[in-house]
Amino acid sequence: MASEAIPLTIRKGPLAVVYEWLATADHKKIGLMYIVYALLFLVIMGIEAILMRIQLAHANSTFLSPQVFNRLFTMHGTTGVFFVAMPILFGFGNYLVPLMIGARDMAFPRLNAFAFWMTALGGLLLYGSFFAGAGVSQAGIAPDVGWFAYAPLTATAFSPGHSTDYWTLSLLVAGVGSIAGGVNFIATILCMRCPGMTLSRMPLLAWMNLVMGGLVLVTISPLTAAQLMLMADRYLGAHFFDTVAGGSVVMWMHFFWIFGHPEVYVLIIPCFAFISEVIPVFSRKAMFGYPAMVAATVSIGFVSLGVWAHHMFTVGMPSYGNAFFVLTTMVVAVPTGIKIFNWLATMWGGKIRFATPMLFAVGFLFQFLIGGLTGMMLATAPFDWQLGNSYFVVAHFHYIIVGGIMFAIFAAFYYWYPKMTGRMLSETLGKWHFWLFLIGFHLTFDFMHIPGILGMPRRVYTYEAGRGWETWNMISSIGTVFQAVAILIFVYNMVSSYFVGAVVGNDPWDAWTLEWATSSPPPEYNFAVVPSVRSRRPLWDLKHPDDPDWKYE
Amino acid sequence: MFFCGLIQTLASTKSDPISPTNIFAPDSTPANSLYHLSIFELEILGVIFVVVFSLLAYAVVKFRQRKEDDSEPPQIYGSNQMELAWTVLPVLIVVVLFLTTAQVIHRVQDARRPEGAIEVTAVAHQFWWEYRYPQYGLVVANELHVPVSDPSHPTPTFLGLLSADVDHSFWVPRLAGKTDLIPNHPNTTWIDPHETGIFLGQCAQYCGTQHAKMLLRVYVQSRDDFDRWVHDQQQDSAADPSVAAGRALFVAKGCFACHTVRGVMAIGRIGPDLTHVASRETIGAGSVPNTPENMRRWVHDPGTFKPGSLMPPQDLNDNELDQIASYLMTLH
Amino acid sequence: MSATGASMAANDAAWDLPSRGRVGMYCLIVAESAIFTIFVVAYVFYIGKSLSGPAPREILHVPIFSTICLLSSSLTIHWAIAALRKGKTAVFGVFWFITLALGTIFIAATAREWRHLIYQEDFTIQTNLFGTTYYSLVGLHASHVIVGLIGLAIVMILALLGKVKREQSERCEVFSLYWHFVDAVWVIVFTTVYIVGR
Repeated sequence: MASEAIPLTIRKGPLAVVYEWLATADHKKIGLMYIVYALLFLVIMGIEAILMRIQLAHANSTFLSPQVFNRLFTMHGTTGVFFVAMPILFGFGNYLVPLMIGARDMAFPRLNAFAFWMTALGGLLLYGSFFAGAGVSQAGIAPDVGWFAYAPLTATAFSPGHSTDYWTLSLLVAGVGSIAGGVNFIATILCMRCPGMTLSRMPLLAWMNLVMGGLVLVTISPLTAAQLMLMADRYLGAHFFDTVAGGSVVMWMHFFWIFGHPEVYVLIIPCFAFISEVIPVFSRKAMFGYPAMVAATVSIGFVSLGVWAHHMFTVGMPSYGNAFFVLTTMVVAVPTGIKIFNWLATMWGGKIRFATPMLFAVGFLFQFLIGGLTGMMLATAPFDWQLGNSYFVVAHFHYIIVGGIMFAIFAAFYYWYPKMTGRMLSETLGKWHFWLFLIGFHLTFDFMHIPGILGMPRRVYTYEAGRGWETWNMISSIGTVFQAVAILIFVYNMVSSYFVGAVVGNDPWDAWTLEWATSSPPPEYNFAVVPSVRSRRPLWDLKHPDDPDWKYE
Repeated sequence: MFFCGLIQTLASTKSDPISPTNIFAPDSTPANSLYHLSIFELEILGVIFVVVFSLLAYAVVKFRQRKEDDSEPPQIYGSNQMELAWTVLPVLIVVVLFLTTAQVIHRVQDARRPEGAIEVTAVAHQFWWEYRYPQYGLVVANELHVPVSDPSHPTPTFLGLLSADVDHSFWVPRLAGKTDLIPNHPNTTWIDPHETGIFLGQCAQYCGTQHAKMLLRVYVQSRDDFDRWVHDQQQDSAADPSVAAGRALFVAKGCFACHTVRGVMAIGRIGPDLTHVASRETIGAGSVPNTPENMRRWVHDPGTFKPGSLMPPQDLNDNELDQIASYLMTLH
Repeated sequence: MSATGASMAANDAAWDLPSRGRVGMYCLIVAESAIFTIFVVAYVFYIGKSLSGPAPREILHVPIFSTICLLSSSLTIHWAIAALRKGKTAVFGVFWFITLALGTIFIAATAREWRHLIYQEDFTIQTNLFGTTYYSLVGLHASHVIVGLIGLAIVMILALLGKVKREQSERCEVFSLYWHFVDAVWVIVFTTVYIVGR
């Protein structure tokens, strides 16, 4: 029994607790801080979305001025990518990776803390823009150039004042944090695995965070470079994107999307990880085709670096340029599709338990399939010449981000909350959360495809009556009510279960990876004795000594 | 099936009952090419969806854990044959889709300009459209007139696309896919509408505060009507003596600094050409019906219709406003 | 469920994983390479596209001497570490100092070149596309050299205080990877600016 964790109860004053969290370098605390930080911004982002949907529910609405609306969609997009999705995924990764590879912490604990605080600072900088003074001609407030901030709209001539600079600086700062995080994930996964855990015995979550970390290194940096160029243009009189001096604004687009596209794979790959942990456990079967899953993920990582200009099909690239990016984009769909088949095959012949994590995982599969198919439509450049920059694109990427990423994150919450807190989330509230959110999601985003097909462009603060768009916009707006209620239920569930949820031991789900081999929550040192493994599912081997995995791998 | 039915419902002809900007109601060769490729692709993707969804639904129902059954199912780690099959099949689908797509890209983008094509240079501004017809020496604004094109003897309109400031995009869904107008990066697009009528669209690349109201109106006319329109637009501005006061104010108040009225002052390039402004159905780039009352309100303060428009409010008293508005409304 | 049980028939073979410091530094190098790549791409794309102002061949002088200094500093840092691995701290100190000196000469030469360009040729980042891309690319590299010099200086001070011994050789080697990277980037920048771009 020497390896059982013995909880120590030491009384701490509130100041001591605050200091402990501010100064911590423990990956679990940092992970939790990332997650809580992201959830705060999720709520803010949701409010921004609700305001926009109120404005768009009717044609020619005057609920919001164009200036306010344009700031809202800029902030909504920027917040969502950099201050909700990235931190929440880094948070889960930070928490889980060391545990799942049998390590005591990340490779660089202090760098880890630094990365978190840089991200946090970035978020504060971005939202600080709302409080910065109005300046000259209302120009000192929140950025309104769209989350991709195309040149030359961001030049001082067209964006006077400092609003654009809040966008640039906050992301520069957060980007440094992200790169530091990427370095940490790679170093941890390559250098800190417990004995016996070869790369081919790592949980898929570890593989996927490895690929994600690698992608972060080469995807955030181009954005950093482009932003340095933008700052040089705005403040040093440089001409990177200055068409009057012969500069090219298309170059900004290239650089931005060289970042922007792999970035969405940075976001989805950790979600693949969650699904790859949840589906096997709740289907009671090993992951089908582990080597293929690894190969598919790695190839997605590489191919995703070559697809970026599918965001630029309407920009006027020559026909062979457009054709090249059609090809690479369609090619990346192949390993992605393969993963869906592997997950399906894992469920096939299993004994599926529909606890809340599995509900969200199945929702993910359904929605990611659809989002992938609408993605294929957008990959077809001529089809994109109609659908691009319309509400069809908005529907597509929200299908992936909300229907895919958010659903996977919810699955992760319900699955790992017991490990992080020692208590189960309420299943009843979980089911309410799932069904309400599912209904709201589909109301909003299924019908959002239609205005796109009927010619409604994106980033419009209002639209003409008589285009056939009103009904669909109204339905999309109604869907937000369900989603908002579902999120409130979710937040309530998380808070109340912390106090009254069923107490659990190490392994409430009867799972197979190493994080379930230690207490819930784990002690600060994770494992009293560093474990040593012989297969991909060390706990399966322990529970089934007559039929261990290492006989078959 | 739902989706196919949806497409069927959305696909329509002539003045579309569902939407004047429905991409599935093409009326021009480029839009048609895109439409046919889209339908082909939707059919393939539809099949994929039905197959995978059915498998998922089946799995979810058939493989539920039965109550009181705590045993673990057989652990299957993989299957080389299956995995090979579901790799090869998607690759084949990708090859087919890519080849058909590449063909359409080439056909639309690399289309040769026939003799008799109309040439228009569209210059996008924040937040209005300038159209120049070099073959006719015309400069107009916001309402694009083109002749209808007979498929047996096509008279397409080829548009050169430029920008005076930031990025914009020309999107009239029933006539063609969208193409961007980017400063220092000239683009081209072409349309050959098969029916007369008015085709709507709007700017499709976020360009600033009033991106939403940078609307497009394409008037497709019979050849005779088009030629008559060209002739009318080529004339200098009307010189109605009853609005001489208004014309004088147009000069005295400095309107000419931004707006050209040929025959009066022709140096203003910042704002739309107003030589024949009264001949247009709308002002404010399609966002405001062109009536005397609206014209007066617009000149007084464009922000009442389009807050964020780059035309500032004008410091004019009521009398001056009346005179200028009356003058402008004579410029047919 | 005790974790010790998982170590039943554990591999007795040595469990050898790469060193964290090295992996971390390689990752940093990859990220920095991506940033430099973007600036190099911008430089190459804008070659010959300036609408006005001086062209490279009119005002650029190839910095042969400072390049030799910088590239030889890679050699000297390598010798320094080799010496430290053998415990020869004095030799290490000398070669480390030479590295620092060579790097400083490089920066000083760059500063001199820029001073000449700005004050005599009236050529700045604002002049034209060439100015924009030249100062940003060379400046980005120079800033990385300066960061390296600061690191070198810190280690120099610690060495003078007698704190750098054989046990620290691994860490110094990890740092030297950064320095080698900076030199390799200079090869690329030099080729782009003074050979390809001229």
